[in-house]
Amino acid sequence: MAEPTVVLPGVAPGTAPAPAVRPPLWLLAELTYKCPLHCVYCSNPLDYMAAGKELNTEEWVRVLKEGRAMGSAQLGFSGGEPLMRDDLVELATEARQMGYYSNLITSGIGLTEAKIKALKDAGLDHIQVSFQDSTKELNDFLGSTKTFELKQKVARLVKAYDYPMVLNVVLHRLNIDHIDKILALAEDIGVDYLELANSQFYGWAYLNRDHLIPTRAQLVAAEAEVNRFRERIGDRMKVYFVVPDYHAERPKACMNGWGAVFITVTPDGTVLPCHEAKMLPGIDFPNVRDHSLRHIWQDSDAFNRYRGDQWMQDPCRTCPDKTKDFGGCRCQAFLLTGDATQADPVCALSPHHHVVEAAVANAELEKPMISRPLVFRLDKNSQEFCKL
Amino acid sequence: MTEPAAITLEHQPRLRKLFRLQWEEVQQQHVLLYPEGMVQLNQPAAEILKRCSGDARVAAIVSDLEQAFQQTNLQADVLSFLQIAHTQGWIEHG
Repeated sequence: MAEPTVVLPGVAPGTAPAPAVRPPLWLLAELTYKCPLHCVYCSNPLDYMAAGKELNTEEWVRVLKEGRAMGSAQLGFSGGEPLMRDDLVELATEARQMGYYSNLITSGIGLTEAKIKALKDAGLDHIQVSFQDSTKELNDFLGSTKTFELKQKVARLVKAYDYPMVLNVVLHRLNIDHIDKILALAEDIGVDYLELANSQFYGWAYLNRDHLIPTRAQLVAAEAEVNRFRERIGDRMKVYFVVPDYHAERPKACMNGWGAVFITVTPDGTVLPCHEAKMLPGIDFPNVRDHSLRHIWQDSDAFNRYRGDQWMQDPCRTCPDKTKDFGGCRCQAFLLTGDATQADPVCALSPHHHVVEAAVANAELEKPMISRPLVFRLDKNSQEFCKL
Repeated sequence: MTEPAAITLEHQPRLRKLFRLQWEEVQQQHVLLYPEGMVQLNQPAAEILKRCSGDARVAAIVSDLEQAFQQTNLQADVLSFLQIAHTQGWIEHG
């Protein structure tokens, strides 16, 4: 089967080889922005309170069908907290019938035994439970709610119902020193995959960046601890630990390239190439209420904006690594330079790299300069950002 | 680790529960799906994995493949692929 192709805006057909548009293998369905937690590194937009009315069940089923027809195979039910939707079991049933491998990405709040069983019967493939930390005090503080014991119970139930289980813990300055306890907790629960996701600095995490960037010594110690654990645990558990990009020399291959693999449908039907992209100004992100998913993926200006490398400036344009890292993250480039077509400043070759170096250097100070107190992801805080 | 390292003709390999093998129409290939990931399989790999039911011995899988594809001497290829699949954690010895 020939891959569909698309002509970039401003390029007449036949004048330049159009990059082939590959199928969106990964569909992220952000069902709702409602969430019982208030995490300081939440990846939802700061102004999530300004989002339109949530898609209803029929609209979601249509989106899932269209995605599957285009080749989406992995489906993430995410949010907010996807369990806040009362049609989750229905959507999981539809997804399984369509042939998706479906993943529930949850805080575990609202995941009763009855719900776990109903989702299993519906054909949900996997549940990823996130913990904020391995200790009750910090878990509850970072999520700004009392949840630790409940989450432990949920994680054990997920295992008991024979789901493959991924435990996700976002790591940062305030919890990374507890890595030994986090590993012990994962072993105790018997998780299959442990994702130690170093905090990325967008949205709420960017606001709280001065509080969250770890020191280099913290990172080195944590990685050493992880490696010792891997050696001992063997293939009983797969542990992912990725060095945070602020401390790397080269940018991450963000989303494997813009509009290459990932498609995110947000609660009100706005479609994004990644869940952060809404922050980029001057892009009209289309909505599934107005267009088919196929049109949005293949033909919209939003999805073609940073496909391929025509949009790149130097140093990316002439960089041999541009096919490996795609210039890094467009959102990070915009956040740190004000221009989304710049190289991602975490790259040592970026003319703006000093911005990242300064943030990392600040973290090394005995008392880092803090620009504001921790801001929790709260509806009232989001409403303030909606006014801006 | 109690399991022996090498896959032999006597084993009855089984796809691990973490993985789902299915045909993808758009990609025109079989894939292995697992939590938040996907392995794209070429035809021989898919044909071997399809037969890893936990009931069939490797020797039987080899002869079944030889018959289905009218070939001979597939044993070494099948064993070497199963070894890879085991190292990757896709199958259990059984």
